[in-house]
Amino acid sequence: MMRPATLATWLIGAALLLALLGLQVGSDGFEIFNCKGLVNCASFGLQSADAAMWQVMIDIRLPRSLGAWAAGALLGLSGALAQGLFRNPLADPFLLGSASGATLGVVILLAALGISPMALNALQSIGLTGAAFAGALGAVSLTLLLAQGVASPLRLLLAGVVVGVVLGALSSLLLTLAPEVMLAVQGFMLGSTSFLGWSAVGVLLATLIVCLPIALLAARTLDALQLGASAAQSLGLPLASIRLLLVAVISLATGAAVAQTGLIAFVGLAAPHLVRGLCRAQHRGLILLSSLCGGVLLQASDLLARGLAAPRELPVGVLTAVLGGAYLLWLMRKGAQREQMSHKDML
Amino acid sequence: MKRLALFIAVSLLTCSAAWSAGISVMDDRGKAQQFDRAPQRIVSVLPSLTESVCALGACAKLVGVDRYSNWPASVKKLPQVGGGLDLNIEAIVRLKPDVVLAATSSRAGERLEALGIKVLMFEPSSHEQVKSSLQQLDVLLGTNQADALWKKVEEDFAQAAKLLPASAQGAKVYFEVDRTPYAAGEASFIGQTVARIGLKNIVGKQLGAFPKINPEFVVQQQPDVIVLSERHAAELPKRPGWKQLKALQRKAVCELTAQDGDVVVRSGPRLAEGAKVLAQCIARVMKK
Repeated sequence: MMRPATLATWLIGAALLLALLGLQVGSDGFEIFNCKGLVNCASFGLQSADAAMWQVMIDIRLPRSLGAWAAGALLGLSGALAQGLFRNPLADPFLLGSASGATLGVVILLAALGISPMALNALQSIGLTGAAFAGALGAVSLTLLLAQGVASPLRLLLAGVVVGVVLGALSSLLLTLAPEVMLAVQGFMLGSTSFLGWSAVGVLLATLIVCLPIALLAARTLDALQLGASAAQSLGLPLASIRLLLVAVISLATGAAVAQTGLIAFVGLAAPHLVRGLCRAQHRGLILLSSLCGGVLLQASDLLARGLAAPRELPVGVLTAVLGGAYLLWLMRKGAQREQMSHKDML
Repeated sequence: MKRLALFIAVSLLTCSAAWSAGISVMDDRGKAQQFDRAPQRIVSVLPSLTESVCALGACAKLVGVDRYSNWPASVKKLPQVGGGLDLNIEAIVRLKPDVVLAATSSRAGERLEALGIKVLMFEPSSHEQVKSSLQQLDVLLGTNQADALWKKVEEDFAQAAKLLPASAQGAKVYFEVDRTPYAAGEASFIGQTVARIGLKNIVGKQLGAFPKINPEFVVQQQPDVIVLSERHAAELPKRPGWKQLKALQRKAVCELTAQDGDVVVRSGPRLAEGAKVLAQCIARVMKK
């Protein structure tokens, strides 16, 4: 087990390294290895790139890397919050219905674009990101309404599942009526980092800057909550308002991430578990480390999505699941072995 | 005695086969089917097949179509039996078709066959397959039009190529079929059309028919002209780094309306008409 500070240093270092590496991964594949980029293979030195190449690196590759990191960080953050809030290690940030809400928003927008050219201008100004964000927030509000507030986490969970299923069904219904938008919607549901530009990076980082401090302030309440709601209340914590605040942070963070990158599976669920597998931390540390870890996970997946089959692109959501899933399984196996060892020692 | 019985049975079988030879049609599943006579009641649930039937001159025999069949205009008056994903089996059965024409990927085929309805499945993914499906339908309908029709298609392709000014010959094209972005590559039938009118596709054969590509690839390749649906044209300059695309700066973007899009992206008898639409549009935007 690492110390939280050590792990944080590693994760920040990895993020910086991946961002640098990302400059050399694009539609030519991994340029570091195939010598098409800045590295001159003959002299092992750097070679100059033309202006167009610089623009590709600065306007396309760098914001993609940073945006992927920020989106992953938001998902990791909300994953840690959701698991703490619901006291359930299987909780994931999409649990409150935001994923299906965002999808419905996107489906409605795309289908409406097809129906009337009149709607085109108005809708285009909202854009897909706006529609996804509005859909995600709308779904969470609906969940809150159905659960009659945040008093009962179980009711909140159930309401979230119901909202998810019903909105998902509505999306499917619309899709059978407008199958021409199927490809685009499928692209959204698999998640994509393809179109992350500087404006997306700005939005994502700003959201992170708002969400992270609030989450860290609420960390002590989450620690107390693990002992049970009554125990937390007996400590004099304003449980109801903090819960509401956390739900707001989760939906804002996932909404922003989903709007920019689509539904990226598994980062929110896996990041906190990866952190727990590597170090022991209170919620304050867990939240911070989960953000860093989610960021690195999505950033690494983005690089592979760009590079592995270039110039084709692999769906980034598939890679997060494969990378995160494989690593998590390995950690679990190691954990199980360690437990067996200590059992033997005790015997 | 046994041998004699066998002989009689075999000769009877061959006789009856010869007698009822009627029509034999092979669909894209590789399944040969027998018809006693040309079907008089046809339901088509794929727009390109609807167009094929009409192009062969048998439009009057259509009794039902899917929701997306919209050409020629007369088919819009026919009863609709749902769309590709939500076909209404009951509605099809009640139209008492002699044959149903469907896409190979359609799930309705098995169900309809279990209900005793003959189903032919075609899904042409190349110009050659469009031609062969037209020939099979020609045999089925007894129209004897396929050769003349294909000759016209070839002529139209030749005309389409002439529509491009010499300066646009060999221009590099990026054809976006969806904003994800999926591109139409050289290996697709759209790619074949692009090649026939004398343009160069930036998405090569090795990438597959409709690959999902890295948008950076388009910026690196610097196509001379971009083709896409008009509904997504407005967002192009907003894509990261796309401002440096010379095609965008010169406004060499061919925006296909829904109607033009139908002609260009349907693998049916209007293929060459699609080539003309494409050539005209590209000639127009590249002149600017």
